[in-house]
Amino acid sequence: MAGIPHDHYEPKTGFEQWLHRRLPIVSLAYDTLMIPTPKNLNWWWIWGIVLAFCLVLQIATGIVLAMHYTPHVDQAFKSVEHIMRDVNGGHMLRYIHANGASLFFLAVYIHIFRGLFYGSYKAPREITWIVGILIFVAMMGTAFMGYVLPWGQMSFWGATVITGLFGAIPGIGEPIQTWLLGGPAVDNATLNRFFSLHYLLPFVIAALVAVHIWAFHTTGNNNPTGVEVRRGSKAEAEKDTLPFWPYFVMKDLFALGVVLVVFFAIVGFMPNYLGHPDNYIEANPLATPAHIVPEWYFLPFYAILRAFTSDVWVVMLTNWVTFGIVDAKFFGVLAMFGAIAVMAIVPWLDTSNVRSGQYRPMFRWWFYLLIVDFVVLMWCGAMPAEPPYSIISLIGAAYWFAYFLVILPLLGVIEKPTTPPATIEDDFNAHYGAKSTPAE
Amino acid sequence: MLRKIAIAAVSVLALSGAAFAAGGGEQHIEDVDFSFEGPFGKYDEHQLQRGLQVYTEVCSACHGMKFVPIRSLSDEGGPHLPEDQVRAYAKQFTAIDRDTGEEREATPNDFFPKSALENAPDLSLMAKARAGFHGPYGSGINQFFKGIGGAEYIYSILTGYTGHEIEQVGTTFYENTAFPGGLIAMNPPLSDGQVEYADGHEATVHHMAEDVSAFLMWAAEPKMMARKQVGFVGVLFLGLLTVLLYLTNKRIWAPHKGKKQA
Repeated sequence: MAGIPHDHYEPKTGFEQWLHRRLPIVSLAYDTLMIPTPKNLNWWWIWGIVLAFCLVLQIATGIVLAMHYTPHVDQAFKSVEHIMRDVNGGHMLRYIHANGASLFFLAVYIHIFRGLFYGSYKAPREITWIVGILIFVAMMGTAFMGYVLPWGQMSFWGATVITGLFGAIPGIGEPIQTWLLGGPAVDNATLNRFFSLHYLLPFVIAALVAVHIWAFHTTGNNNPTGVEVRRGSKAEAEKDTLPFWPYFVMKDLFALGVVLVVFFAIVGFMPNYLGHPDNYIEANPLATPAHIVPEWYFLPFYAILRAFTSDVWVVMLTNWVTFGIVDAKFFGVLAMFGAIAVMAIVPWLDTSNVRSGQYRPMFRWWFYLLIVDFVVLMWCGAMPAEPPYSIISLIGAAYWFAYFLVILPLLGVIEKPTTPPATIEDDFNAHYGAKSTPAE
Repeated sequence: MLRKIAIAAVSVLALSGAAFAAGGGEQHIEDVDFSFEGPFGKYDEHQLQRGLQVYTEVCSACHGMKFVPIRSLSDEGGPHLPEDQVRAYAKQFTAIDRDTGEEREATPNDFFPKSALENAPDLSLMAKARAGFHGPYGSGINQFFKGIGGAEYIYSILTGYTGHEIEQVGTTFYENTAFPGGLIAMNPPLSDGQVEYADGHEATVHHMAEDVSAFLMWAAEPKMMARKQVGFVGVLFLGLLTVLLYLTNKRIWAPHKGKKQA
């Protein structure tokens, strides 16, 4: 393994040697915790720990919630109220779990945009990136199915709309939809399988997280300069890095503490602020809400889904070229999944040989515009599908695709990047000053 | 956008069985300063008891609260009635016995009855289901800064009648400034002096609406005070831990950071 040279675990006592020959688990833990980490990592690098914490938090609270929840259409809503009223601490568990999902997504979006800015997706970290996108997709699936479980109005109608997306696939769509739902419509069978999968997927995510960590522990972390750690010798590497423990563990835990203070304030004082009030109305298949709005973290992609209506020329052209097979609805579905797919292939779309956005004067502005675009799309997703929101959504969706498919490939060719520092040590010293040399 | 309130109230529309054209009128939600607003806000026990009286004597004629156990009336952080009073209170309702399947007098362990009138929505969670996203452009600013939520919505409905009536397809609708669409199927439920408060509190429509809104907020969120306490303690201890982590972090990094050259 061509990792960064560093000290490895040496079993010292008799028992350690005995264990090490049979199961090198201490060695694994040691090498994972002591991995040399670029010492110039800034505060944007703390969200990985927040994410790991969120996964554990969601699994821990979720397992207890599952002990008191009943996945049946007649009982689900009532059992949630039972949790809220009668289970010891149940109201806190549920509010932490529900708001935990929001924290999870906030963290993952910052984590993803950090990667996009600092070029963390570029060689040799493509696998880390793609596994990360897989985690993101699994998170979306988990969160969506979890939101169905309380069996409120938005649960039911959200499930109806989103599973309806599969029905838009030409020809085989409807059988697939029926198969997913376990019947012709969202009903008890749907609720049961969603509960089962909502319990399963977090463990899939946990496995993917292990792969994600394994991958970037192989390549080493990226850092704000995008300059690689010098690997010629251990002494050289030590000038650029510090071990993860205790330096970055403490830094990340401190940041996690700040995040959790805000999180607990939200859970304690305004736990329903981020949720949709309609979900406190029991699901009623006979009453469709006027506007079906997903949770905030799905809104940008929901806006992209709805942006491509049948009067958009791209949709009309596609419809004509495919002899009507790809209609507006299916086009919207393709666009929504495409919006995530273009993120997955970004390692091969970005042609610039400079990694970090800090040294790319043109890229920066396009990147900031992408963040604005993301926020605007989020806002449009919450608004009704009518002018002017439909037009803004369309422009927003167009920019999302243009950024990945046109701007990133072109920028690498036309942009003149500035020069990054030669080493991580130089960058660190420029920020914090060189370590004072002992007096002679 | 006030359309958001329409989202929150849509099932009332659906249940009232009438199709209104959307955007029939601007909804006006009155801001009431409830005692339970803000991080340190608490329910006012006496207000909840008065609200329970209004609920029992007025609302429960049509509406139910099927998710609220009667026993919770004696909970701390709620109306906090003595247990014998709750037992006596329960006796006015009937319940279906789980074991025998027969109707019997309700006990505190039973739930409030469900709505007597099919079209009247259950009120257990109404104060949370109508929390809306009050505020300009769906931003929820008013919810955030003024604490406008479902209790304000219920208050505004109860006090928002203009006195106009319209007959549509054989049903009478009442003009209401808070209701989405402006026309509600519920006739004005409150009139001055309708209930007689034991504590001598004046039973104006305004007071009764305020009390019953507070009571329904408690019914929807009975653990609010416990939750705020956990929130406060959580923020306090996590804040303390964070300060310690900050100092630890600063200290372990210090040897690796030199003086910044100016």
